[in-house]
Amino acid sequence: MTTRVLASWLRIAAPIGVGVLGVAAWVLYVDVLGAAPRMLPSPTTIGVELVERWGIISNAMLITATNALIGLVIGALVAIVFAALAAAVKPIDGMLAPIVAAIAVVPIVALTPILNTMFGASSQFGRQAVAALAAFVPVFVNVLRGLRQTTPVHRDLLRASAASAAQTFRVLTLPTALPYLMTGLRIASSLAVIAALVAEYFGGPADGIGTAIATYAKSGRAALAWAFVAGGILIGLIFFLVTSLLEKLATRRPPV
Amino acid sequence: MTAARSSARRGAAALWGAVGILAVVVLWEGYKFLGPAEGVTIGAVEGETGSGVMILPRTHDRAMPHLIDMVTRLFQSTSGGDTPPLIVPVITAALTTLGIAAVGWLIGVAVGALLGALMQRWRLVEWGLLPWIVVSQTVPLIAFAPVMNSIGLQIDRDVMPWPQWLSVAVIASYLAFFPVAVGMLRGLEAPDRIHVDLMRSYAAGYWPTLLRLRLPAAVPHLLPALRLAAANAVLGAVVAEVSIGMRGGIGRMLIQLAGQASSDPAAPWGPTFGSIALGLIAAGSVALVGLGLKNYRRGEAAA
Amino acid sequence: MTTTETPRPAAPAVRASGVGRVFSTASGDVIALGGVELEVAAGEFVSLIGPSGCGKSTLLRLIADLDQASTGELEIFGKPAARARIDQDYGIVFQQAGLLPWRTVGDNIALPLELHKVDKAERRARVAELAELVGLTEFVESYPDQLSGGMQQRVAIARALAARPRLLLMDEPFGALDEMTREYLQSELTRIAAETGAAVVFVTHSIPEAVFLSDRVVVMSPRPGRITDVLTTGFGDVARNEALRESPAYFDRVTAVREALHGAPVERANER
Repeated sequence: MTTRVLASWLRIAAPIGVGVLGVAAWVLYVDVLGAAPRMLPSPTTIGVELVERWGIISNAMLITATNALIGLVIGALVAIVFAALAAAVKPIDGMLAPIVAAIAVVPIVALTPILNTMFGASSQFGRQAVAALAAFVPVFVNVLRGLRQTTPVHRDLLRASAASAAQTFRVLTLPTALPYLMTGLRIASSLAVIAALVAEYFGGPADGIGTAIATYAKSGRAALAWAFVAGGILIGLIFFLVTSLLEKLATRRPPV
Repeated sequence: MTAARSSARRGAAALWGAVGILAVVVLWEGYKFLGPAEGVTIGAVEGETGSGVMILPRTHDRAMPHLIDMVTRLFQSTSGGDTPPLIVPVITAALTTLGIAAVGWLIGVAVGALLGALMQRWRLVEWGLLPWIVVSQTVPLIAFAPVMNSIGLQIDRDVMPWPQWLSVAVIASYLAFFPVAVGMLRGLEAPDRIHVDLMRSYAAGYWPTLLRLRLPAAVPHLLPALRLAAANAVLGAVVAEVSIGMRGGIGRMLIQLAGQASSDPAAPWGPTFGSIALGLIAAGSVALVGLGLKNYRRGEAAA
Repeated sequence: MTTTETPRPAAPAVRASGVGRVFSTASGDVIALGGVELEVAAGEFVSLIGPSGCGKSTLLRLIADLDQASTGELEIFGKPAARARIDQDYGIVFQQAGLLPWRTVGDNIALPLELHKVDKAERRARVAELAELVGLTEFVESYPDQLSGGMQQRVAIARALAARPRLLLMDEPFGALDEMTREYLQSELTRIAAETGAAVVFVTHSIPEAVFLSDRVVVMSPRPGRITDVLTTGFGDVARNEALRESPAYFDRVTAVREALHGAPVERANER
């Protein structure tokens, strides 16, 4: 176990190198050897489709992204309220804990068909609700942890300073919990996108990225299906980058 | 802590959990009783059906069946005549999906553990791979399920037999590997520097250190990762079934019964309960593994 | 671990000549340790004492081959440090006990033996012997989290002695313990060191501790880390017990070490 010191530029170069190698292998397999299955087109073909069909792809992206965003916001708001309740009232914590633990391991998208029935098949609400449920869990867990993170010495200090409950919340509890909220949001953003997209496979209106992928994959238009996959990846990346940035802003040093 | 006290606490947790579930039941039936039959829609344009945004669901029996109907429906025949009660095909389908998810979980755990170990062994591998692994989880690559199915069909035709369930398992493994890879990496790096120094002072090489120190120390990180992987594998399996239209599993059954919801509103709740049970069973099985390893989870406070 | 070849009996436990360690940091090189000349005879008890940053722990890590010297030569029983580590010529104890929480006390003590393929029966016998030596016989089946800090440290000492090393390296082993446990373990350590006949290199920042335990005290100072003085503090045949702690000879040596540390005579009245 020699601890060789690696040059710091490798930190940037290594992932780029892996990425280039991956694409090169892909191109080699598809274009040069021509051995790939037909459903695996070359990256260039996918790129061309993505540019040429950007109109319909971006439309579909907008629908899925909107569902994910609404779900994320609603899920996060509900999670914050519930986390605050759970932190304040012990029995509520006791009631919520097993339910949240269950939601965390249950395939939530399985609720989509039922939500579609409840809200009508032409409504996007089922998808948004599924995204909200998916986003709920990490936000709830992290905010609750954050609310409990205040150290005894700080609490004693504020108590000794005769601070009111509201002051304590504003000066101590909120700033402590904020980085945790942001971490929860970052995790939730990816889950919300994935849930919103996947929910489209379970019925509802015939629009969005997921619906398009399923349709074109079934009809054998590989490059176009992959271009929509790329669109989905793009949404995920945007959500991830924005929430990561928010997290960076909120945390001078990372929690945990 | 004494066994009696911890079992008492577990009993209290179960009690509160039951109260929580009861609260959900009350909420459902209460809203169904009080809420408007056509739900609450805001921003609707007069005379234009489907316009506006429905913010509260419809409460009539076709949209929100009574809980008692959902349960009794489980014990009525599946599709009339002398077909077996609904619960029988639900269980069969759930077991099918569970089996596929288990295969996906195993593949995912194997791949994830290997990746985690490689990343811990060589810093350069970590730097090269970890960003991609993280990004791969932030993007909805599960969107790629239908494409994976088409590739599977092509492999089946041209290269070697490739049953459809294997495509489903591969997709499930894709969701399952990530927590294991990250958990493994973090876990293997968990030992304190003093423990690593100690092993070095014993002139212990990579493998003895891995076996005696790093793997045992990784257990507290690995167990939640394995549980998450199990939940993800179930999710992946259900989604993959639905998105590629594989028959026999719970996902497909869910879609099928949801299609008949207008005439048989309680029926889709059968497979819905089935998939919820599936997630709980999968995560619970991993928790059982954790019980067997509890010596490795002795207070991190010690030592 | 008993080695097949017996080294020359004349070889000292530790021999350092011109040993230095330079750390490169973003703001340039930092000399953690420079020009260390030190010889520890077999069976001798030597303490390294000095303020933080004087390189005493760095020196210990170099002896243990947990880190490599930038300059100079370091020999353990006449061989390079790396060789001595592989031959298990030394045992080491840190400030934290560093017990593996998932192993029982007995299994923790047996760990070094297990790593060097000592068979099970021999392992069990040795564990019983060591548990007796450190007075923990009835705790062999306990887990570390069921033990107090002082008991955990005793397990760590037993573990360090498992392979019958002729050199014991200790890095502030009692630094995290309360004063009473500390004094008790100091007495225990003198007994154990005498029974095993091992040489001890003991890092500490407590003057009374260094004086009580050692044959010689090595005084170090920081920026750059170096040895400034070596004092012979042994009490000859006088037993190291509670009476010694009250004796004038003991106080004299404490004062001597304190003056060496501060580089000037210290007023008697300031003592304690």
